[in-house]
Amino acid sequence: MGKTLAEKIWEDHVVRSAQGEPDLLYIDLQLVHEVTSAQAFDGLRLAGRKVRRPDLTIATEDHNTPTLDILKPIADPVSKLQIDTLRNNAKEFGIRIHSLGDADQGVVHVVGPQLGITQPGMTIVCGDSHTSTHGAFGAIAFGIGTSEVEHVLATQTLPSSRPKTMAINVEGTLKTGVTAKDIILAIIAQIGTGGGQGYIIEYRGSAIRELSMEGRMTVCNMSIEAGARAGLIAPDQKTFDYIKGKPHAPEDFETAQKYWETLFTDSDANFDVEITLDGNTLEPFVTWGTNPGQGLPLNASVPNPADIKDSEERGAAERALEYMGLTAGTPLKKIAIDTVFLGSCTNGRIEDLRAAASVIEGKKIAPKLRMLVVPGSERVRQQAMKEGLDKVFLDFGAEWRNAGCSMCLGMNPDQLAVGERSASTSNRNFEGRQGKGGRTHLVSPLVAAATAIRGTLSSPADL
Amino acid sequence: MEKFVKHTGTAIPLRRSNVDTDQIIPAVYLKRVTRSGFEDGLFAAWRNDPEFVLNQPQYKSGTILVAGPEFGTGSSREHAVWALQNYGFKVVISSRFADIFRGNSLKGGLLTVILPQEAVEAIWTAIESDPTTSITVDLETRTVSYGSTTVAFELDDYTRWRLMEGLDDIGLTLKHTDAIDSFEAKRPAYKPKTLPIRI
Repeated sequence: MGKTLAEKIWEDHVVRSAQGEPDLLYIDLQLVHEVTSAQAFDGLRLAGRKVRRPDLTIATEDHNTPTLDILKPIADPVSKLQIDTLRNNAKEFGIRIHSLGDADQGVVHVVGPQLGITQPGMTIVCGDSHTSTHGAFGAIAFGIGTSEVEHVLATQTLPSSRPKTMAINVEGTLKTGVTAKDIILAIIAQIGTGGGQGYIIEYRGSAIRELSMEGRMTVCNMSIEAGARAGLIAPDQKTFDYIKGKPHAPEDFETAQKYWETLFTDSDANFDVEITLDGNTLEPFVTWGTNPGQGLPLNASVPNPADIKDSEERGAAERALEYMGLTAGTPLKKIAIDTVFLGSCTNGRIEDLRAAASVIEGKKIAPKLRMLVVPGSERVRQQAMKEGLDKVFLDFGAEWRNAGCSMCLGMNPDQLAVGERSASTSNRNFEGRQGKGGRTHLVSPLVAAATAIRGTLSSPADL
Repeated sequence: MEKFVKHTGTAIPLRRSNVDTDQIIPAVYLKRVTRSGFEDGLFAAWRNDPEFVLNQPQYKSGTILVAGPEFGTGSSREHAVWALQNYGFKVVISSRFADIFRGNSLKGGLLTVILPQEAVEAIWTAIESDPTTSITVDLETRTVSYGSTTVAFELDDYTRWRLMEGLDDIGLTLKHTDAIDSFEAKRPAYKPKTLPIRI
């Protein structure tokens, strides 16, 4: 019987397997950032251990960094200590680091692909759940905790039990205005926040193949929001073209590509679960609740918890509506927004900025609304400025910031105030995720841009 | 890591599903570079509410958290495990845990026990009617017991052994350095390296 893509990659990385034990998996690349690494480096020091492969490790600063005045000392002393700790650890252990102000600083999952160090057939880990982003290249990429960060630093391996496999087939052609973000929000609404638990998801089908590499990254990025261990897409010519010419593309590209071309699911392979979604009928999607599974097409209305049969889900919906300050039956398009956030590892790449800019060009921002545009990396920022996108955003009335995680996670200075409502291109609408008491609606860059013009949740078709 | 063989204590009912790691500990508390002191951030937003279960005097001394399904979704922050441990929890019981949280908990010696939702409901009922109910979680027999009820749970032999011996995963892996060496010797040359830096 044939093998799935995930099985092929997994088997290529097993260092040791023994009955009744997890496989010892070799890790091709570890990405490091300031928030989940300090205690790992401390652990190494305490045990007198070294980093086994500094040349398979790379660090950047993103979660806890400001997006304004980045070259001034960081004002918050606790944040400053965390950043300084990463810089000192990188120096002490010989790890490459891209710090604030560096051309390759940015959100860790934007930096890897743009450097060309994210490649098909790899195993990639990072102390960040959105590591699944790199699966877009046909890699097994997953988030780990700090103990595992330390384990990989020390041994370049990770004991892992083999996940099950799930295929999600999205067939058809997306309508104008429907994007990768809408695909993944619709998937999570369908299978739930725990639907992918224990699985590696492979996204397949014509609608997925049609996506650009950046769109594929958006889909894989939110695999974790469906509870999956990882999400991936088989590499194809688009993948190879995207890597070619990047700084760390293989020197012997031909040999590498020959291997990459073997990375697909065999026609006679079996998935543990298969799910199908009709790409033709998808609509722009938004979330109304406090977990990413609580989403609906933009044309729908806020659901009535009384209509939900499952008591657990009904209770969750009631709590979500209370937290979100929403009334059942309100059309989603009538919901007024205070802040629009365009950025993050989900939607902070150049195509996302271009898409939003194409909608707002020549228009003015809705009164009293604020819009933050935060490129995913300094390279993305430079590219956008070369194309004049910064000017489009500034003329519109948006704020043009430096690269970082920014308002995605309520850790750095970019946060929502209590009761403030956002339309956000990020990945989590959890209570307080973007700042204590903040209310988040997850949207695509196109919906974010249209919303910034109209002041209520909108798609470009509403303009 | 401290050995875990058996724990007896009282339990706290957290009747919520989808308790994500941003609820367990919000990002703003993640700036510390130590592994301790995170208890002040545990369920920070909810603890402002005097009605929140952790603020109720009858549950003050609980060491076992009994939560709704999909506990620990979201961010990979191990700080969520540290916050629970720093607060004094030894065990979390739920019908479903998110993968990364579960992995983190079992690495760090916080025992996460998966029970069917009906069993979770039964424990909720028991500890709500009598908050002093003593619950024993026994890794040797893989059971949770209270009053006259005993429920079995599953945990793979390897993880159970590692927890009961309090073994350090890195130490275990380093015994296989030879296997890692020979794997590395066969890695293809086209695999990317971060050093030397190419621009």
